[in-house]
Parts: sequence; structure tokens; C-alpha cells
Amino acid sequence: MLFSVILTFLGLTAVTFVIGRFMPLDPVLTIVGDKASTEVYDRVYRELGLDQPVVVQYLTYLGKLVRFEFGTSVMTARPVMEDLVRVFPATMELAGLALVIGVLIGVPMGVIAATNRGRIVDQIVRFLSLLGYSMPVFWLGLVGLLLFYAKLGWVEGPGRLDVAFDDIVPTVTGLIMVDALLVGETEVFFNALGHLILPASILGYLSLAYIARMTRSFMLEQLEQEYILAAFAKGLSPWRVVWVHALGNVWVQLVTVIALTFGSLLEGAVLTETVFAWPGLGLYMKNSLFAADLNAVLGGTVLIGTIYIFLNMLSDIIYSLVDPRAREPS
Amino acid sequence: MMDMPLLRVRNLSVTYPSDDGDFRAVRNVSFTLGRERLGIVGESGSGKSTTGRAIMGLARHPARVQADELLLGDIDLRRQTERQLRRLRGKRMAMVLQDPKYSLDPVMSVGQQVAETHRTHLNSSKAEAKAAALDMLNAVHIRDPERVYAMYPHQVSGGMGQRIMIAMMLIAGPELLIADEPTSALDVTVQSQVLSIMDELVRSRGMGLILISHNLHLVSSFCDRVLVMYAGQIVEVCDAGRLADAQHPYTRGLLAALPELGHRRRDLPQLQRDPAWMDDIITPLETRMPPPGA
Amino acid sequence: MTTWRGWLLNPAPTSRRQAQLGGWFRAWLAFRRNTLGMAGLFIVLLLITIAVAAPLIADPATALTQTLEDRLQPFSWAHPFGTDELGRDIMARMMFGARITLTIVILVSLIVVPIGLAIGLPAGYFGGWIDAVLMRVTDIFLAFPRLILALAFAAALGPGIENAVIAIALTAWPPYARLARAETMTRRSSEFIQAAELQGASHLRIIATQIVPLCLPSVIIRLTLDMAGIILTAAGLGFLGLGAQPPSPEWGAMVSTGRAVLLDHWWVATLPGIAIFITSLGFNLLGDGLRDVASGRG
Repeated sequence: MLFSVILTFLGLTAVTFVIGRFMPLDPVLTIVGDKASTEVYDRVYRELGLDQPVVVQYLTYLGKLVRFEFGTSVMTARPVMEDLVRVFPATMELAGLALVIGVLIGVPMGVIAATNRGRIVDQIVRFLSLLGYSMPVFWLGLVGLLLFYAKLGWVEGPGRLDVAFDDIVPTVTGLIMVDALLVGETEVFFNALGHLILPASILGYLSLAYIARMTRSFMLEQLEQEYILAAFAKGLSPWRVVWVHALGNVWVQLVTVIALTFGSLLEGAVLTETVFAWPGLGLYMKNSLFAADLNAVLGGTVLIGTIYIFLNMLSDIIYSLVDPRAREPS
Repeated sequence: MMDMPLLRVRNLSVTYPSDDGDFRAVRNVSFTLGRERLGIVGESGSGKSTTGRAIMGLARHPARVQADELLLGDIDLRRQTERQLRRLRGKRMAMVLQDPKYSLDPVMSVGQQVAETHRTHLNSSKAEAKAAALDMLNAVHIRDPERVYAMYPHQVSGGMGQRIMIAMMLIAGPELLIADEPTSALDVTVQSQVLSIMDELVRSRGMGLILISHNLHLVSSFCDRVLVMYAGQIVEVCDAGRLADAQHPYTRGLLAALPELGHRRRDLPQLQRDPAWMDDIITPLETRMPPPGA
Repeated sequence: MTTWRGWLLNPAPTSRRQAQLGGWFRAWLAFRRNTLGMAGLFIVLLLITIAVAAPLIADPATALTQTLEDRLQPFSWAHPFGTDELGRDIMARMMFGARITLTIVILVSLIVVPIGLAIGLPAGYFGGWIDAVLMRVTDIFLAFPRLILALAFAAALGPGIENAVIAIALTAWPPYARLARAETMTRRSSEFIQAAELQGASHLRIIATQIVPLCLPSVIIRLTLDMAGIILTAAGLGFLGLGAQPPSPEWGAMVSTGRAVLLDHWWVATLPGIAIFITSLGFNLLGDGLRDVASGRG
């Protein structure tokens, strides 16, 4: 399994390498400008290692990656790695809260829908789920801002914090709300919450749509099994049969779903952060894109891609921990 | 013996409505069960399993269950709410299923599943239930119950799993046990072990047992009385020892088709089915014969 | 009785064609009973009709000409969906936008299915090291985040609808390879395949004539369901400015430009978004309906 993870990582880096190296823009020209002489051009060419065979170039690139050297950002003039560390917590905060909402609400929804198959509750859950994963997240974000911020004033607007509150709270974890609590700045805390709640809810809704659908599907499968009949024959209450036995068996499969959902939350972050001007990884990458900052874009790609791969591996590991059948027989 | 029969069933019918017309899985089944071992034999689709489940109130949705009488002791099972039935299941009547690989929760330890029945019906503490479960595992002849308690269903053999199932279902002390194909998923060598354990428990607790199987030989050697079902109806009732005197052509056909050691035949006769066997029997059998001990 | 219906539903068909068509007809009858599936079908057909007939219904000029006196008009008879920030009729633009959406759907399908089959079929059929290698490749591509990769492509190759299609297609094919492989492995040792082998059919012939038709139903269902997600991804790319470039009336791009005037002229951004939503919904409903029929729960 570790072998396949490494192989996938190599594949990912190979793709980013290819994109970075063979793109139309000449990397030498971006450094020396198009008025440089042939000698300068050649010198920089050799300095960048472009005269080496492709394989060697790839290995050098790989070597730099594992030492977290993603190059320098054209946009911020700082090492890309530094930028990534700065923006990542914001995305984690958003994606993390959205996932929590998705699981806490989506799983029970799916269970309730499955146990009431065909009835109104089931139809409602299926309908809401269907809406959820047919909706473009950026559109929902805009509509949400329009309604809840502009018209109703229930939440704060775009951005992570009102400008007035910038730099009041020292950065410890990068999660503003946590940092605010650590120093007791409740006003900052509530302001941050007001900004976070709308995007997190929207992303949360989209996550719960998928999670509820999958939970329902897994539950329906479990409820057909013999051990459920046996559990009823023992005289257990439906509550226990469903929430302890059936759901216990569903968790195993749900782990993969949750990992996948988190992955797609990171992906969608580019769109959400654009809409909400949320200073996270997604917005960073979009801005880099339009600044033609290839190092930054590829750096972000490698980061997200690696997290994706890591999530897949994690879900496999958790699966084998949670499902007794996957462990070694005693 | 004038004590009340454990179970009285009169004209039990189970119907499944469908677009193409109702399917009558069980038709007018009647029998009485005392503290004895009753076998119900039939092929797949004969309605034998459905009968067992209907008695427990576990017929698969959207079944419609009707009966003139369905009495567990003096409790009218037809009039019980689902909540009341739940209290009866496991405590007064129990059911053992066919394959422990599938009928035990794969992600919970077997010991906990046995203890669970105890806690549910006897409101015991965790420690009490565990102790009772260990006792029960002992009672089904599982050596080293402490170690087995923590194991998972996929780690135990078929025979052990079935014994665990029996322990799980009998721990709360029911008086009726319905065993639906309890040995069909087991190796032949293990079958008799499991059956004898079941026998021992049923006898020592004075329980009534309904053994459902497709195996005529098994049923006739293990049970006191035999009911033969075909297409949802009972077509034959007799004492196990007197099977050879069976009347109904279906039963005779089944008997004739059984291979016997020491009895050489060239070809086993094939069962010839008479479509007339599908017709409703006007006077269902059990109502004709007097109940045992009357 | 020689009505079409009678012929198709004949329980004892006399020709291969009759049996096949009969099968399709029965599936259609089952599907027809699925209300939501039919709703999905309706939406998809509506999309196709609008896309094809756009130049006939709406005047292309109104969609592309900038009439600045008319900018940001709300709903009216002349402009049922209002006008955008450059005075262009939104309804007309949305209709032409349907063409772009349909184009993306078709192009991605045309790339993804052949690649998926080309990789999955041999993997399942030949097994062994071919299977191992092909599946490794599939797994690698499966691990790529779609939108991010499209972003990376756009950064390197420049924005544009062709690059968007390529980026989406490159990350969308793995599930089809897996599907094709699974179906092939199930059928591989079937007797009718063995019979064909005994008759001397070459591997290619067997794969092409026997196995591909069996894979198609699940591939089609999967494709329909995936379409919903692909439309959303494409719209997302358009929103970021990476898809079809202005003045192309791509729905995602329309939402993006409408952002600037969202507060006072909400329709400019909201309506194209509704189009994206309904289209995606339609494909989801259709795909769900097809899947229900295929698994016999119609």
C-alpha cells in the first residue's frame, strides 16, 4: 500500500513537473527578459539546469519538493512554501468546519431516511441531497451573500475578519477563532464567527448532501442483512438495532466517503474562497494563476494533490483499524 | 398432562400483496406445540421459514399475517403491540438462524452480543451480563469462554458460531425456540454436535422446540412429531417414528427419494408433483387430529 | 396481433433483433414509470433542444452586441431575463450558453469513454501484469483533484475551452476504466466467451463484439451521473475565467461578471447559475432513474 502511495505521489509530481517544464512560457526568458544576449541566456539556461537530461531535471525537482522548496512566488516575492504555510490554516478552518457540519447532520439524516424508506422523511432527505450536489458552490455562495448578508444582515460579509480587527490577535494556530479565545478577545471571536458561518454552512450543506446520500445507501444495504433480523429476534429495540448495530457496520464504509468529501472540499475551496474573499489556499492559487505565477500554482497543486493522496491512504488505514475483519486474525 | 400448550396456532396465513396478485406464502397452518420437539419439513418456498417468522412477528414487510388463534401460553400474539412483542422476543420465544457468519453482527465481539440479550431483558449491569454470558457459553460447551468472549464472528468456526447463536438466543430463558435450518450451513460432522447441544438445553429447560428444515432425515431422527409443508400448507402430520405410514403422496414421494444405506436401488425415484397438491385443503390437518396429551 | 407494441413485447421473439429491441422497449416502459427520471430526461432534452435551436429562437445579435443604453435592465417583455452590464439580453445569452455546455458534455464524453474502455477492457481481459500496470496508472490519475489540475493546466497553457475540456477529461476517465475492467472480469470466464474463443475469434473481435456491448449500460449510467459533476466543474472553471473566454456566453463566466453588480442587479449573476443548477439536476435525475431501472428497482 505504501508503494502505491509513493507511486501516486511520483505520478502527481511528474505531472506538475511536465506542466512546469514544458509549458509554452520559456522559463529563461521570464528571468532574463527578451532583450538579453545569447551568452546571458545560455548562462541562465545552464544555471537552471535546463541542459540536463529530463530525468535528471525531474529528480532535482523531486529533491527540491521533498525539502519543501517550491520556488519563489512571483506575486509575493517570498518562498512559495512560506506563502502556503500562511494561507493554509484559513482553508483548513473553512473545510474543517464544513466537514464537521456535513458529518454531524448528514449521517443522522441518512440513517433516518433509510429507516423510513419511501415515506415523507425519506423523500425530503433525498430531495435535499439531490439539490445539494446539483448546485454550483460559487452560485450558492453568491446567493447566500446576497440574501443573508446584503438583504437580511444576519451574517458578516466577505473576508475572514472586519478590517478593524486585523492584527489584534496574535497568530498562534492560524485559526483566528482559536487564537482569539486564547487571548480572550471575544469581540474578535464573534466577528470571525460571523464571517465564517455563511461559507462554512454552504460548504457544509454540500458535504452533507453527499454524506447523507451515501449513508442512506449503506444503511439500506445493512438493513437487509441477516444479523439485523437476528437482532430483532433477540428483542432489541429498533433504536439499538439501527444506531448501534447497523450504523456500526456503516461507519466502516463511511470513512472513505468522509475522506473523499474532505478532498472535494479542498478542491472547491478555490471557488468558495474567491466568492467570499477568504484568504486561504484557494484564493492564493487563483491569484497566482492570474499573475502567471507558475511556481505558486504548481506548489499549491502539489500540496492539495498530496493531501488528497494522504486522505486516501488515511481512509484505508482507518478502515483496517475499524473493521475487525480487516485486522489479522488472532 | 393437562398443562397449557406452549403454542397454539390456528389457521395462520401469511400473504404478500403484489401487483400481479397476492402471493399466499402460508395458508391455514394449524398446530399445537407442547414441551416437545416439533419438526417442520418442506422444500424452499414451502412456507416453513415464513411460518416461523410470522410466529415471532418478524414476517418480512409487506407481509399480511392473519390467524384465528396465535397463542403463546396465554398471550394472544395477534393483539400485542410491537413494543410488547419486543419484550417477548428473546425472553419468551427465541429464534436461531441458519448461518452464524451472517446472523451475527460482524463488528461486535460475540461475547458482547450474547450479553446484550441478557441486558436487554433482565436489565442487568455490564458485569452481571458478562458473567451470565460466560456461563451461557459454558453451557453450550465452549471451552475457554473468556477467550471466545472477545472474539469476532469471522474468527470462529461455523459450529462454534452456531453454538454462540444458541447461547445468545437462550440466555434470557425463553420457553419456545424456533430453529430455522440451524445446521444447514454446517459440516456434517459438526451438525450432530450442535443438535445435541440444542437438545440438551431444550430438555433441561423444559422448552418447546420447532425445528424447521428441508432435511427429512434430520427432522425425523431428531424430533418427536413432524409436520410436512408443501406450497404453504401442512400436508402431513405424524409422529416421527411413524413416518413410514405417511398418507400424503408428497411425503411418500420424499421418503421414497431418500437414499438409504444397506438398501440398494438402481435409480432413486423422482418425486412426481401433482398439481392438485397446490389446491387449498378444505379441512386443514391439525384441526382434524386431536392435540397431543388431550 | 401485429402492432409494434405487441411485436416488441412478444415473450417468444423469433429474431435476435426482435429480442434486443424488445429488451430496450421493456426497459423504456419501466423507466417511464419513474417520475423523477422522466423529469431528468425532460430537462436534458430541453437543454439539447435549446442548444440546437438557439439561433432560431433568439437573435444572436442580442446575445453578443453591446448596447450600453440598455444595460442592467430588469425583466421586461423585450428582455424576459433582463440585460447584463453590457446591455446584452440575458435570455439569449443563456440559450447560447446552453450550446457551450452541451459541447463540453459531448467532448468530454467522447474523450473519456474511449480512453476508459481502452484501458479497462484489456486490463480485465488479459489480467496479469497488463492489469497491474494499467490499474496503477488508473489509480494515479484517480488521485488527482480535478479542478486544481485544470487550474494548473490553465496556468501553463492559458485559459480556453479546449484546455478546460482536456483537463476535465484527463481526470474523469479513471472510473470508466475501473468499470470496464470490473465488467470484463465478470464476463471473462463466461461460457459464451469461451465458445467464441473455441470458434477461433480473435481477442479483439471478442472484446469488441461481445464485451463492449455488455459494458455499455453501466458506462452510460455512470456517464450520465458524472455529467452533472462535470457541468459543475466546467462552470467553476468558467467562473474563475478559465473556460470559454469573453464575449462567449458561458454560464459560469456570466455568473462571475454578474458578481460586480450583484447587490442592485441580482439577476445578472443569479439566472445563469440557475441554468447550471437545473442542468446538473437534470442529469442527476436522469442518471438516478436509469440506475434504478437497471438494478430492477424501477
